[in-house]
Amino acid sequence: MAEKTRDVLLKPIFDNNPIALQILGICSALAVTSQMSVAFVMCVALTSVTAFSNLFVSVIRHHIPNSVRIIVQMTIIASLVIVVDQILKAYAYQISKQLSVFVGLIITNCIVMGRAEAYAMKNPPVASFLDGIGNGLGYSFILMVVATIRELFGSGSLFGYTILPVVTEGGWYVPNGMLLLPPSAFFIIGGIIWVLRAVKTEQVEAPEYRLAPNTAGGVA
Amino acid sequence: MADNDSIGKTLLVTLSLCVVCAVVVSAAAVMLRPLQAANQALDRKENILAAAGLLESGVSVEQQFERVETRLVDLARGQFSDALDPQSYNQRKASKDPALSTKVPSEEDIAKIQRRAKYAEVYLVKDERGGLDKVILPIKGYGLWSTLHGFIALEGDLNTVAGIGFYEHAETPGLGGEVDNPRWKSIWHGKKVYGENGEVALRVIKGQVDTTRPESVHQVDGLSGATLTSRGVHNLIQYWLGEQGFASFLANLRSGEA
Repeated sequence: MAEKTRDVLLKPIFDNNPIALQILGICSALAVTSQMSVAFVMCVALTSVTAFSNLFVSVIRHHIPNSVRIIVQMTIIASLVIVVDQILKAYAYQISKQLSVFVGLIITNCIVMGRAEAYAMKNPPVASFLDGIGNGLGYSFILMVVATIRELFGSGSLFGYTILPVVTEGGWYVPNGMLLLPPSAFFIIGGIIWVLRAVKTEQVEAPEYRLAPNTAGGVA
Repeated sequence: MADNDSIGKTLLVTLSLCVVCAVVVSAAAVMLRPLQAANQALDRKENILAAAGLLESGVSVEQQFERVETRLVDLARGQFSDALDPQSYNQRKASKDPALSTKVPSEEDIAKIQRRAKYAEVYLVKDERGGLDKVILPIKGYGLWSTLHGFIALEGDLNTVAGIGFYEHAETPGLGGEVDNPRWKSIWHGKKVYGENGEVALRVIKGQVDTTRPESVHQVDGLSGATLTSRGVHNLIQYWLGEQGFASFLANLRSGEA
């Protein structure tokens, strides 16, 4: 059992990462990673929503009518997201202003929905809760790596503290403006997926088809 | 599990779920409302003080704001107005309310704001002896992607810029987003708004200001790589400090007739 708990919690970080392997939840990973502090709050928000939505869905899983199960999951997730948004507005106003619409968009984050449907509907509450935390951590891991790269090389700082003094503030570092724009996260996430699959070759998907070798004497 | 899908059970589960969720959501909203409102008010005061260059760390914002008096100005008459309560007035909401705003004719609408509230909030900063130290005016206008909302602070002579700041915009980070750059904002300090004939001479130019020329006292460097945002800032300054904006109020205030 202890082994299984560890797996549920830690597998989603490297072996079954929701962003890198399942390619879920990309949109917010692009949008909120230009600053580490914002990305961190987003990670905490998403992890708690995933964990608690998994928990509540799992608690009532024997009573959820099959025909309306997606709506039931959505209702639970949406309620949790509104509560998280309200809490952020009350206790972390500056950051909630920067996250703006993206906290609300956790509702449509495929990771939350995906775990509720794939895991919490079939597993007991505690395991589901841990699965939610694990997947939240997997998401957080990628987000924080992307945010570190983007903030360090895009603004020369980490968590708002200057590491590389930039030219516009009288320093020497010319920041890479592209890293502040959302597309840069695509390149970084692509790079992470490449590295992960190079190290863990079992993550490489079998090709769906192969190009036939070029046979001599075919139609010219 | 089959009976889960009966109509009775489906209705029961969905209804009770809705009730539980509704209670949780409304409880969170109602209980946290006072904290959120306090945050918003505090944030606004902080923006106002930061624009005027008065914000000091270590002292509470509320305490610093005690020097500031909030008044409403009737923009058409250019005079103070007590028609509405400045504490509950919200200029951004009012500029969307047909009863409290006027449509800006498109040929005058250089800042692309479409509607302008009839009453504007102004913040008067008093010095120790109760005299006028600074005036802080709300400004807004369209940049490249978004409306920039901010404040400009003028010194007691109502001509010298004390500071400028935007608290809300969605310009490109690293390019137009550099309107938040403290070094760029510091260029504004000490610039003169009005020319000899009372026209708004303050302008954001393309490239760097040649400080040896006499007109440089009215000029601010454009942001490199952000021509349209710079132009937007230029236009909103021209609008809000011009005849359509606060010019007549500032003239009245200068002559003591506001």
